[in-house]
Amino acid sequence: MKRLVELTLTPKFDFDVPVEAEIISPDVFAGKPISEIGSLNVWVGNRKTRLSDAFEIQSSSKTSPETITIVLKGDLSRIRRIGKKMTTGSILIDGSAGFFLGEEMSGGSILVEGDVGSWTGSGMTGGKIEIKGDAGDYLTAGARGSCTGMKGGILIIHGDAGAELGYWMENGLITVKGSVGQFAGIHMRAGAILIEGNAGDRAGAGMTGGKIIILGNMNVLPTFFIDDVKNTTKIDGEKVSGPFYVFSGDVTEGGKGKLFVLKENNAHLSKFEKFIP
Amino acid sequence: MELLIKNGILYDPANSVNGEEVEICIKDGKVVEKINQRKAEIIDASDMLVMPGGVDIHSHIAGPKVNAGRLLCPEDHRTRVRCAECFRNCEIKSPITRSGTGCAVPSVFTTGHIYSGMGYTTVIEPASPPLKTLHTHEELNDIPLIDKACFLLFGNNWLVMDYIKEGRIEECAAYVGWVLRSVKGYAIKIVCPGGVESWGWGGNVHSMDDHVPYFDVTPRDIVRGLCKVNQLLNLPHTIHVHTINLGTPGNYRYLIETMDCVRDLQVEDEPVIHMTHCQFNSYGGVDWRSLSSKADEVAKYVNAHNHVTIDMGQIIFTQTVTMTGDGPFEYLLHQISGNKWMNTDLEVESGGGLVPIRYNRKNYVHAVMWTIGLELALLVKDPWRVFFSTDHPNGGPFINYPKVFAWLMSKKARDKVTKRLPRLARVRSNITSIDREYDFYELAIITRSATAKALKLQNKGHLGLGADADVSIYDLNPKEVDPSVDYKQVGKALFKTAYTIKGGEIVAKKGVIKKCKSGITFWVNPQVTEELNSSIMPELTEKFRDYYTINLQNYGVPENMLIDQQAIEVKSKV
Repeated sequence: MKRLVELTLTPKFDFDVPVEAEIISPDVFAGKPISEIGSLNVWVGNRKTRLSDAFEIQSSSKTSPETITIVLKGDLSRIRRIGKKMTTGSILIDGSAGFFLGEEMSGGSILVEGDVGSWTGSGMTGGKIEIKGDAGDYLTAGARGSCTGMKGGILIIHGDAGAELGYWMENGLITVKGSVGQFAGIHMRAGAILIEGNAGDRAGAGMTGGKIIILGNMNVLPTFFIDDVKNTTKIDGEKVSGPFYVFSGDVTEGGKGKLFVLKENNAHLSKFEKFIP
Repeated sequence: MELLIKNGILYDPANSVNGEEVEICIKDGKVVEKINQRKAEIIDASDMLVMPGGVDIHSHIAGPKVNAGRLLCPEDHRTRVRCAECFRNCEIKSPITRSGTGCAVPSVFTTGHIYSGMGYTTVIEPASPPLKTLHTHEELNDIPLIDKACFLLFGNNWLVMDYIKEGRIEECAAYVGWVLRSVKGYAIKIVCPGGVESWGWGGNVHSMDDHVPYFDVTPRDIVRGLCKVNQLLNLPHTIHVHTINLGTPGNYRYLIETMDCVRDLQVEDEPVIHMTHCQFNSYGGVDWRSLSSKADEVAKYVNAHNHVTIDMGQIIFTQTVTMTGDGPFEYLLHQISGNKWMNTDLEVESGGGLVPIRYNRKNYVHAVMWTIGLELALLVKDPWRVFFSTDHPNGGPFINYPKVFAWLMSKKARDKVTKRLPRLARVRSNITSIDREYDFYELAIITRSATAKALKLQNKGHLGLGADADVSIYDLNPKEVDPSVDYKQVGKALFKTAYTIKGGEIVAKKGVIKKCKSGITFWVNPQVTEELNSSIMPELTEKFRDYYTINLQNYGVPENMLIDQQAIEVKSKV
């Protein structure tokens, strides 16, 4: 068993332009001595910069790290694509992170103490991302225009999330402890989303499969039909107690997605009860 | 600037040079007999394949449709990044190239760079609605390193249909000539004659004798009428026809019917019609389940009749975007695939649509389509009458051309794909029974010489004296390499040139752009008699007032819009 190695990166100055830092990933750093890691390139705006010129790099061990924890400190909200395509190891961000955090990651874990930008976990297939703060829009969505999304893994947000959460989601689990914006689970095909706060309008628009559980207030689209009232439901093997209104849709897409809405916080949906088949 | 290409193994079919070591002398952008060897820059092309610069006759590279594709498919901009990963060497950024993205619908600069890196020097945009050709020229101006031209859509033009209905072919010729001159087009393109107009009413034409609503003409009338117009105007290229019922099972008979309907118009053994992307029109069967290849029937007709030329429209198993002026077909494709769809209707002249598609090897229909394109190229005996095309980006992005070259040149390469196709597609196809393999000479014909000949670009597609010095030199020894066995090496070598020479200057080395310069835009200027020209103007003014939202005076492309241009003056018969 290899000893855990901690690698700390601190920005040397405030970035006022976006930084493309897809090389900040345990897979890239593994097996490289500090000097070699420092000579990797990141794009600061339109300029290619050595990692060591942009960041202070410290390591707890002088040996070549293999199972790594990367710790990033300071304001990183302009740094994009941290942990791109990572398969193992972990990244701890003591602050906020920018767009495309953990893009296409398939393993390992990322923990963010602050907020994150949009497209976090874009097209991820595995691993775990946990965010203590708020998140932007298009979480786990694929590239703009493409019909792909999250294919696996876990995303947990303790704060609020923006619009179009879980766009074209194909598998995996998203948990939001706060509220979400409009179009949560748009075009969702499978997988599960748990929203503990309120959901914006049009949750589940165009969904053809999967499950969205909303514990807060929400408005259901007219293209969903009520199925049932259930006392409990399960998400990722864990029980969530209700009772819930269960809607299915989106019928415009011929979909069979399920929308579980907590009865307690949604008194305005009681008018649908008489339509339960 | 003088250049001398030494020791290269030249394939120049237009001058019947078949793999000979020939010295090529270049001075001031032209091939000349002799130059001062001491002053000249010398390229040592020993053991290298030398061909004239490629001439692509059908590739959607510019215009409103292509731009709509860029808007509809933002994900394609990311594909370019992926492409750069798999084709690591396709375009290495150099300080002089402009940045760009996209694979199926690359941005204008990228289009020029990739084409040039592959050894192509002339590319034709085949479908531009006259009203929006200003946009097409804006984009063509920005495409570097290649010469270009655009064909204009006339098959659903109200004015043309009016003239044809009334049988006024000479006036129609004057009108078509006026449009070509005003908007700087090169030839007449016909897309789904009458069908796009019917699509405006929610319909389509399903046979050559269906009537176009409110115009009382049939597709047959339009094709024949425009063919006569083409002959009256004496245009360099024949009519360029995308016929009716494209992409529907059993449509091969409409392809043959279209070819046959202008047979009697042939004079002096010259071709009178070019049928484009025939792969999409060579389907047998009655529905998608019974879809089969009728490439043999089409090839039989083409072999027996010399009034027609065709191009392949080969598909490649990859993600791409289909874009055509054939609006109803794109709607059909949208219904089948469920993918996003864009439809446009352009006043008076045309329409169009776009649907992104992924050609999948495991899909029976796509597998059959793949076999048809290759069968067409292999079964038509005369390579001078079947041209290479993938109908970029409809069949596949042009970045994949070398894959198709390898399939044409090697049965082994074809078999490798064939054996992974669905069983039914394999069994129903003739592809495994065809042993023909293209050699370098024939490859040079279908990609260069024949296309230049069909376009009557006198100085393109060959390296005889006086030709434009557009040369592609590939790092491949045709004397040693057997393409039927080493197809991988051939495909790789044809993917990037060792040297691309455009207008007498080395513009790319090893696929990397070394010099950026703009190419020439060709357009035709048909000389119609003054009387006829002025006789149509009053009526034209009236029609513009009635039909168009813009004024006659605001129509057209002023000459100063084209940065680098060459007008081809043609003496018309009327």
